Amino acid sequence: MSEGIGAPVKRKEDKRFLTGSGRYTDDIQMENQAYAAFVRSPHAHAMVKGIDKSAAEAMPGVLAVLDGKQLTGDGIGNIICGWAITSKDGSPMNMGAWSALATDKTRYVGDAVVAVIAETKAQAREAAEAVVVDYDELPVAATIGAAVAGDAPQIHDNAPGNVIYDWEIGEKDPTDAALAGAAHVTEMDLTNNRLSPNAMEPRAAITKYDAAEDHYTLYTTSQNPHVARLVLSAFYQVAPEHKLRVIAPDVGGGFGSKIYIYPEEIVCLWAAMKTKRSIKWTADRTEAFLTDAHGRDHVTNAKMGFDADGNIVGFKVSTKANFGAYMSLFSSAVPTYLYATLLSGTYNIPNIYCEVLALYTNTVPIDAYRGAGRPEASYLVERMMETAARELGRDPADLRRQNFVREFPHQTPVIMNYDSGDFEGNLNQAMEAADWNGFDARKAESAARGKLRGIGMACYIEACGIAPSAAVGSLGAGVGLWESAEVRVNPVGSIEILTGSHSHGQGHETTFAQVVADRFGVPLDSIQIVHGDTDKVQFGMGTYGSRSGPVGMSAIAKALDKVEIKVKKIGAHLLEEPEENIVIEDGQVKATGTNKALGWHEIGLAAYTAHNLPADMEPGLKEGAFYDPLNFTFPMGCFICEVEIDPDTGKTEILKFVASDDFGVIINPMIVEGQVHGGIAQGVGQALLEEVVYNEDGQQLSASYMDYTMPRADDVPNYDVLHHNTKCTTNPLGIKGCGEAGAIGSPPAVINAITNAIGNNDLSMPATPSKVWALIHSARMAAE
Amino acid sequence: MQSTTYHKASSAADAAAKLAGAEDGTLLAGGQTLIPTMKQRLAAPTDLVDISGIEEMRTIDARPPTVTIGAAVTHAEVAASAEIRAVCPSICDLASHIGDPAVRHRGTIGGSVANNDPAADYPAAMLALNATIKTNKREIAADEFFQGMFTTALDEGEIITSISFDVPEKGAYAKFPNPASRYAMCGVFVAQGGGGVRVAVTGAGDDGVYRNADMETALASNFSADALDGVTVSADGMLSDLHGDAAYRANLVKVMAKRAVAAAG
Repeated sequence: MSEGIGAPVKRKEDKRFLTGSGRYTDDIQMENQAYAAFVRSPHAHAMVKGIDKSAAEAMPGVLAVLDGKQLTGDGIGNIICGWAITSKDGSPMNMGAWSALATDKTRYVGDAVVAVIAETKAQAREAAEAVVVDYDELPVAATIGAAVAGDAPQIHDNAPGNVIYDWEIGEKDPTDAALAGAAHVTEMDLTNNRLSPNAMEPRAAITKYDAAEDHYTLYTTSQNPHVARLVLSAFYQVAPEHKLRVIAPDVGGGFGSKIYIYPEEIVCLWAAMKTKRSIKWTADRTEAFLTDAHGRDHVTNAKMGFDADGNIVGFKVSTKANFGAYMSLFSSAVPTYLYATLLSGTYNIPNIYCEVLALYTNTVPIDAYRGAGRPEASYLVERMMETAARELGRDPADLRRQNFVREFPHQTPVIMNYDSGDFEGNLNQAMEAADWNGFDARKAESAARGKLRGIGMACYIEACGIAPSAAVGSLGAGVGLWESAEVRVNPVGSIEILTGSHSHGQGHETTFAQVVADRFGVPLDSIQIVHGDTDKVQFGMGTYGSRSGPVGMSAIAKALDKVEIKVKKIGAHLLEEPEENIVIEDGQVKATGTNKALGWHEIGLAAYTAHNLPADMEPGLKEGAFYDPLNFTFPMGCFICEVEIDPDTGKTEILKFVASDDFGVIINPMIVEGQVHGGIAQGVGQALLEEVVYNEDGQQLSASYMDYTMPRADDVPNYDVLHHNTKCTTNPLGIKGCGEAGAIGSPPAVINAITNAIGNNDLSMPATPSKVWALIHSARMAAE
Repeated sequence: MQSTTYHKASSAADAAAKLAGAEDGTLLAGGQTLIPTMKQRLAAPTDLVDISGIEEMRTIDARPPTVTIGAAVTHAEVAASAEIRAVCPSICDLASHIGDPAVRHRGTIGGSVANNDPAADYPAAMLALNATIKTNKREIAADEFFQGMFTTALDEGEIITSISFDVPEKGAYAKFPNPASRYAMCGVFVAQGGGGVRVAVTGAGDDGVYRNADMETALASNFSADALDGVTVSADGMLSDLHGDAAYRANLVKVMAKRAVAAAG
């Protein structure tokens, strides 16, 4: 099957993307369109004493100058976090109020205070500058350290000490006992650096209000338009759900940052109703840095205990997680159920305990970013393993090998139940491809040139296919995490797949079609994927956490099962053969053991003409399905990175990067390889280059590409992307997911290679040249 | 960006006249600094006088002993100039590493020198090559021209028309780019010519491009990388920011200087 599952077919959507024919939110022009510009707080923490709108209101083209009191006065609700976390002491999390336009107080630089609506974008911006907001500045807590300090300012009244929750998982006493009895304990303090998502397309919204129908339309840069509609209607009361259409057209990258509902969409919908005009807003790059939800920002102390033979006996983790100024939509789940549940890594660890202190700071809200909690877990586990191996004088591969999970299903002490894998198989494949055993000679060759060479590995595991609805519901999720699909076979036999998954770079229009082509043997070109419009697709939970394969495609498979049954019934009827003898292959419906066959299109025609169908069969050929996953899926892999460092400048060059992944069944290896490349680029970015930096006043020092280091082509290596796959046992297609693996496995592999090269484990991300040089230099100074 | 009035100048004299007639006008060369600044609404000139198309400022004359480059010559044109490369390849190599291709095809040598960004590459070359900056009013030696970050000897309304320098016997530029911006975190241009050895440093100092006298003295008697081993570079007066502290930049000054000397041969 040349176009079915496993075929590296070229992406159907690339014709429009590569020829500039994509249709993004900002490309859309409405009749009667006006523009919004936002007045944002220049202070990280300040009381709003007063707002003088008079000058702005008098400026040319200005239609409305809207503030938070008007917004709340119209009944627009606060922005919420949709996952309730309970603290150790049983108390609920302390969620502070977040109004889409600040009413009395601003809590981060960029917090929206006033929206100006004007005829042109330039007029809106001019007028926004003329709004005078009288601020009374307050003390600022811009970092985790500042938020927990004794004299820290109180950011939300209902979160004493700036604590959102103090959560735990696992068994504390047995873990303490295991560590106390351990032959060796490795302890590390590790920081997971704060990142900015930097989707190529900035966030945008365009809204329309139909007064006669009291109906709203929102085009927006969303990874999950149905969730957006649900939240906008149920929680923000912008419009009733049946009176709100949300469309996420072509979306240029999300990485998590476009899951959430932001103030701007809410305000633009409300303003469309207020002004009876369509309202457009498109973020510029500065607004993206100042308002897109950031990722990571953990500070962790970890202790891992080993017995005298090198077996892990216990792992104890204490993490402080920065949430920024407000709780974003999924923020609470990231450092808890998406993080601490992965702390067993790929290893047998009998005792695990993790506590997480969630904290408000005067910074941009933090939420899921490519990997979301799982990169933080993987970084922690794999740096601990590497450091432990060095302390124990063990080969790092052998120590991992000794502790690998080898039998499945495997229940970890932290909820997850791994269904499948061959961890050693991936390790062996990666080590061979990296010529691990030849490293010493290469290191000597580098040393002869005055360079430091290092090699490091990481055996990550992650949880994708989010997630069984009942399970996440019991853990506090406000939604179910199933997916829906509808298969429409047209009278001419062409097929439309309506999916609740959303494609914003993943290539669903190709891979989803491949699943259909594989099933029926029909041409890929005869299959159309429809997504991203709440008027077309009944419901869907969207795309994040590598769920479109394991969950979205499983829903399609389930709907295809239903179609297949009906097609076979029609085929049996028309061919006058028993139903059990009917097979569908190569685009034909055949009766085995005979030469009778019908073309695929003949079945569609029969279904819709309904002239000759089995008795009691309804006309038409359309089936839908909801698929609720049975379990998370567990992609894993072994990454090996080899670096060379210039000791004079501290600059790291990645010489080789091998990725051996287990993604289960792969639909399109070319697209999967692209996902791995992109993920590793982001992981290398985190490891070497990227960091959001705030000063103590809460000003973002890295709010442009002059200071925020995005990976460029020459920063990333050529990758060797390999697979050693085992089939997932818990979904119909055997898929595990591949979207985040690269970003999850690569940071520890890169850092382990650098620390190997410089002989110093005390290195934090990003490993900038200045930081690496300082470690090398201080060692030299100490030696002299 | 706020609204502005665009004027295209046909000559330096025309540009000066148009600038004089503007309420709050600014010269526009390649616009690679000015336009982003205007887009961020940090600058809002009433008038832009475009000098990038002035023919008399777009010529290159590299017949020894002097190289003269018109102020409106782009970085890409310098990088690709066979004439200049034949006599002073280091300036071509420097130009080829400024910004990215889009910047190099718009940005001009005159604009870079006039802006005197403390992390720009050209000022180091101009200072080390003892260049002369020619304007519509006078000629200014590089030593007098660069007066601290974003500060030059140019008067209000004065327009750079060309830059010239004598072909050096030896010269090279070594740059350690800022990982984010790719401006120089430290760039050192070393030149040996009729006037002796000159070492100019950009990107590292806290007040823009400067000459390192200790290195010049060491290299005057022994033009080799080893000659710099005994030179100490103090962290005092070095920039310190989120990309690297003063000690790191002081280290880079020495490392880049040695690499430049080694490259100069």
